[in-house]
Amino acid sequence: MDYYQREMECASREAMLDLQTKRLKDAVRGVYENVAYYRGLMDEKGVKPDDIKSLEDLPRLPFLSKDDLRAAYPYGLLAVPLEQTVRIQSTSGTTGRRVVAFYTQHDIDTWEECCARAIVAAGGSRKDVVHVCYGYGLFTGGPGLNGGSHKVGSLTLPMSSGNTERQIQLMCDLSSTILCCTPSYAAFLAESIVDSGARERIKLKAGIFGAEFWSEEMRRDIEAKLGIRAYDIYGLTEISGPGVSFECSEQTGMHINEDHFFPEIIDPDSGEPLPEGSKGELVFTCLSKEAFPLLRYRTRDICVLSRKQCSCGRTLVKMSRVMGRSDDMLIIRGVNVFPSQIEAVLLKCGYPANYQIIVDRVKHSDTIEVQVEMTPEIFSDTVKDISRKEGELVGALRSMLGISPKVTLVAPRSIARSEGKAVRVIDRRKI
Amino acid sequence: MSIDQISVFVENSPGRLAEVTEIIGGAGIDLRAVSIADTADFGVLRIIAAEPLRAVELLRSANCVVSVTQVLAVALKDVPGSLAAVLRVLADAGVSIEYLYAFITRKKGDAYVILRVEDNARAEKILCEKGITLVDGAEIYAL
Repeated sequence: MDYYQREMECASREAMLDLQTKRLKDAVRGVYENVAYYRGLMDEKGVKPDDIKSLEDLPRLPFLSKDDLRAAYPYGLLAVPLEQTVRIQSTSGTTGRRVVAFYTQHDIDTWEECCARAIVAAGGSRKDVVHVCYGYGLFTGGPGLNGGSHKVGSLTLPMSSGNTERQIQLMCDLSSTILCCTPSYAAFLAESIVDSGARERIKLKAGIFGAEFWSEEMRRDIEAKLGIRAYDIYGLTEISGPGVSFECSEQTGMHINEDHFFPEIIDPDSGEPLPEGSKGELVFTCLSKEAFPLLRYRTRDICVLSRKQCSCGRTLVKMSRVMGRSDDMLIIRGVNVFPSQIEAVLLKCGYPANYQIIVDRVKHSDTIEVQVEMTPEIFSDTVKDISRKEGELVGALRSMLGISPKVTLVAPRSIARSEGKAVRVIDRRKI
Repeated sequence: MSIDQISVFVENSPGRLAEVTEIIGGAGIDLRAVSIADTADFGVLRIIAAEPLRAVELLRSANCVVSVTQVLAVALKDVPGSLAAVLRVLADAGVSIEYLYAFITRKKGDAYVILRVEDNARAEKILCEKGITLVDGAEIYAL
């Protein structure tokens, strides 16, 4: 069994607790001294850095949410002078929800080491060719796995996304062995590889797929089509990027790099910490970050943590696959979408706020349909006029979402309401 | 000289068309002419009704999305070529037609065509100059 950083990945419980406690105390002190925004939140709660003596004191600290990140945009949560930072990454969220995160070189190294742990856990080594078709740019997917692959010493193919034909061509020519992309793109690639008859020419042995929720069925399907082992990886820009947690050979959940990111599970309604093994909202406290050290950041992702001994030998706590969200955010083809954004576009285009969003997954690719109730203002006796307005709406939604939705005009009052309140989102994806 | 045409938004679902026409029929209002434009997701039902105002009120109170459009009605002899002759006049004058539908009546030998054009007044003037008879609402509703 290979590890990238054995001493951390397989640390004894005592050693890990000691390290986490020490790092937590330092992190809280550093944030209190350097981040006025969070100092304000702590003062409001009457908590001083000296009050945090152990991990048990963590719940005394205030939460941070995406709203705080927006309120403090862009520099309000920065803990070091700007000249010490070397990189900015940003969430895939769309208009108005963008979150930027800053990194020092040390932060980049830590992040890449976390990705390196994931690559090694997926069987990667210096001998591998790592084919990265996550997007490169503000999105953390490409840069994260790219850096991780460098740390491992693998030959890295910085493909970025798109151009499937070229992906397959280079995969065959250069004998890529580990594929990194979103699970939906992996499924699409798998089908394209089978269809193009390239199945016999690929040398892939493993895939590291994240940035989207996916199901066990989808995993088995991709594995069978490509003849590989498919591993899940989890992360969020706010905390660093991919590699916050990663799957090992056991494929029963993702080991959290808890020497850097301390996880808690809370009740999303009350904010109270829940006992080990409970299903609830995942909260992260950054223990070792310099530039953007978020404390008690609410991910809104619902999952379960487990400390059951893992056959891979790692002692890092495992999180289950994300089972849902504690807010209404949808992730559609890797893009974060809030129903409120769709509502804003509808209103701007003169449509009523009576709408329903239907998300589905057809052939492993997400689809989004927006149903809107027809109004006398939009209605016309000519189909041409209605189609033109419909087309304008599709265009406005596409430029906001980055993907093309289907718009369906429905009869007034036909959108299902429960207890007088419309059901806004129907997610038919089986995850 | 234009007449009221009622357009109704009809969702593509089985029975919806029946429901809409039942609202009008149930109130004892005669339909003079009906046409439907369909797309993949919905249809636009166009109606010439004997009592347009009452029909519109009924449809609106039943939560239908309705619009009223002024269209032209032309009376024709029910003989080959008569529609073509009218369309030729409009075509030569550069009037484009959004849509049309025609119907015959109990009055033997007569046919009517409903025309939807951009500019009713202009089309009306052109047709009158060529001696083509336009019919007013009262005549159509009372057929």
